[in-house]
Amino acid sequence: MSEDPADRMRATVEAVYRAESRRVLATLIRLLGDFDLAEEALHDAFATAVERWPRDGVPANPRGWLVSAGRFKAIDGLRRRARFDASLVQLAERLDAETGDGAVSDEEGVADDQLRLIFTCCHPALPPDAQIALTLREVCGLTTEEIARAFLTQAPTLAQRVVRAKAKIRDARIPYEVPTRADLPGRLDAVLRVIYLVFNEGYSASSGPSLTRHDVSGEAIRLGRLLVGLLPDPEAVGLLALMLLHESRRTARSSTAGELILLDEQDRALWNRELVSEGAALVERALLSRRFGPYALQAAIAAVHAEAESAAATDWAQIVALYDVLLRADPSPVVELNRAVAVAMRDGPEAGLTLIDAILARGDLTEYHLAHSARADLCRRLGRTAQARASYERALRLTRQEPERRFLERRLESCGDPS
Amino acid sequence: MRYLCLIYSDESQWPKMPKAEQDKWMAEYGAFTEGIKQSGHYVGSERLEAASTASVVRQRNGKVSITDGPFVETKETLGGFFMITAKDLDEAIQLASKIPGARHGSVEVRPVMEIRRP
Amino acid sequence: MKYLCLVYGDEHELHSVPDRECLAYDEALRLGGRCLASEALESSRTAATVRMRNGKTSVTDGPFAESKEQLAGFYLIEARDLNEAIQVASRIPPARVGSVEVRPIRPIRELAKQAG
Repeated sequence: MSEDPADRMRATVEAVYRAESRRVLATLIRLLGDFDLAEEALHDAFATAVERWPRDGVPANPRGWLVSAGRFKAIDGLRRRARFDASLVQLAERLDAETGDGAVSDEEGVADDQLRLIFTCCHPALPPDAQIALTLREVCGLTTEEIARAFLTQAPTLAQRVVRAKAKIRDARIPYEVPTRADLPGRLDAVLRVIYLVFNEGYSASSGPSLTRHDVSGEAIRLGRLLVGLLPDPEAVGLLALMLLHESRRTARSSTAGELILLDEQDRALWNRELVSEGAALVERALLSRRFGPYALQAAIAAVHAEAESAAATDWAQIVALYDVLLRADPSPVVELNRAVAVAMRDGPEAGLTLIDAILARGDLTEYHLAHSARADLCRRLGRTAQARASYERALRLTRQEPERRFLERRLESCGDPS
Repeated sequence: MRYLCLIYSDESQWPKMPKAEQDKWMAEYGAFTEGIKQSGHYVGSERLEAASTASVVRQRNGKVSITDGPFVETKETLGGFFMITAKDLDEAIQLASKIPGARHGSVEVRPVMEIRRP
Repeated sequence: MKYLCLVYGDEHELHSVPDRECLAYDEALRLGGRCLASEALESSRTAATVRMRNGKTSVTDGPFAESKEQLAGFYLIEARDLNEAIQVASRIPPARVGSVEVRPIRPIRELAKQAG
């Protein structure tokens, strides 16, 4: 660390910014009732800290200090602007009268403010891509440019999304509050969906520089941890477990050349055991609550895989049983497909193939490349090469991901010459 | 007097240039900047990101609207500026003509309003 | 990050915005450490456009692009990201009658320092 006191103070303020800025922002939005006003106040509060702290020393409670400084600066700024825009006089007076300094510092209040911020950013009245952008920017503190890079969008496009979302929050009066107990399950689902979308963007997408994408998954996990800390709902716990268990396989799921490696062919020594045990412990915690849902069940399935020493040693019976429960909790053709693959592992390829063909015959998943590649794999194992070829080719036409395409081409080649 | 020299050029040419040529341009800009610093004409300068990164912001009746920029759609776009001090417009023009960008693009020279700040 | 906010507008309409309001906003930005530089330009009628071709200087009267709305001034600001810059730009008083173009600055000096 630098010997220069000015440098040291700058480092201190920066550290406080990293640790506290999102929490200070969340409280300021509640106090001031407006995202933009709060963001400006946050900036002014830190600008004041840079000026005052070297002289007065770092306050005992930096967060509380920053909230009151921000609130004071916002009201002061509104009064200045009121000289040119009389409509602001009332707002300034109201804020001054209504918002004391009292309710800012206790831990519980701060946690509530963070939850309010998360629920508002993930409000179902906002378009899904705006929910993601707003959550990453306001809750995680990513910059517009960072989010644009991660989602391979232009910064001006993303900036517009954020501006429109904030305008909608203001104009449609989307409330800044934690939903009531009755609304909570539905609203929590929306939050979990945003977090899982962010995670998958970093985990599954194959374009763009890999490092940035990895950061996106890391950000989702950080959000998941934050949410579990604030609101330990079994599904929030389940989602965090699911993300950690997926993340544990990151290095194993692609070769050094960037080729995709499927679960049964992965080098299990490369799995991150720390993440596996953290994920498995969370699964147990979620299941014990007996109020678990689809995320906890998917995490439980991932945990069974994680605990098996090899693909062959996997407890397929348990996996099929978990899929049965999942199908009842959250029926979907994709879950059915995954169950069919597990059944094939438990009872042999013929049994799995019958189930997949039944799904396809219903007209479900006919455009889903993974359904055709799963069918192809089972045909291949049964020695029905021509059928396997046809299904691999169908899957190839449907996939849009480069490593997946190369993977399917290799499989197709292994089926030999059609002639 | 201070003058703002706005450099407009066809930015699509820049990525097509070989690295050596880009380096040569950068070196010329460096030499120009150094020269006007030594002669006391330099006030400031910035280079902008590509015009495709621009956003145009308007506020009407309290509502903010944003569109993809730049504000002026021209083949040559604003890529950077120098703020200089010169005794009159002729000296400013003379200095502006030495900006490397003047050789393939255009440099708009605008007098700066002298506002006394309290 | 640094951003350049270019203020464009019809010169007549821009006059409808009170100078003291612009100065007050400018002062507020400077106090908050946001504003690195800001200037108002003389009318576009005072502009000259300079080109150098084959060693010869040519000077034409008027701004680079003829349009009803002209560059009237700029703010060079420091902001956390593009959204913060847009927020600052949207509150520049002439944004009510004209347009503000927000352009990120290429951090060439910072990059040179890192490389060196």
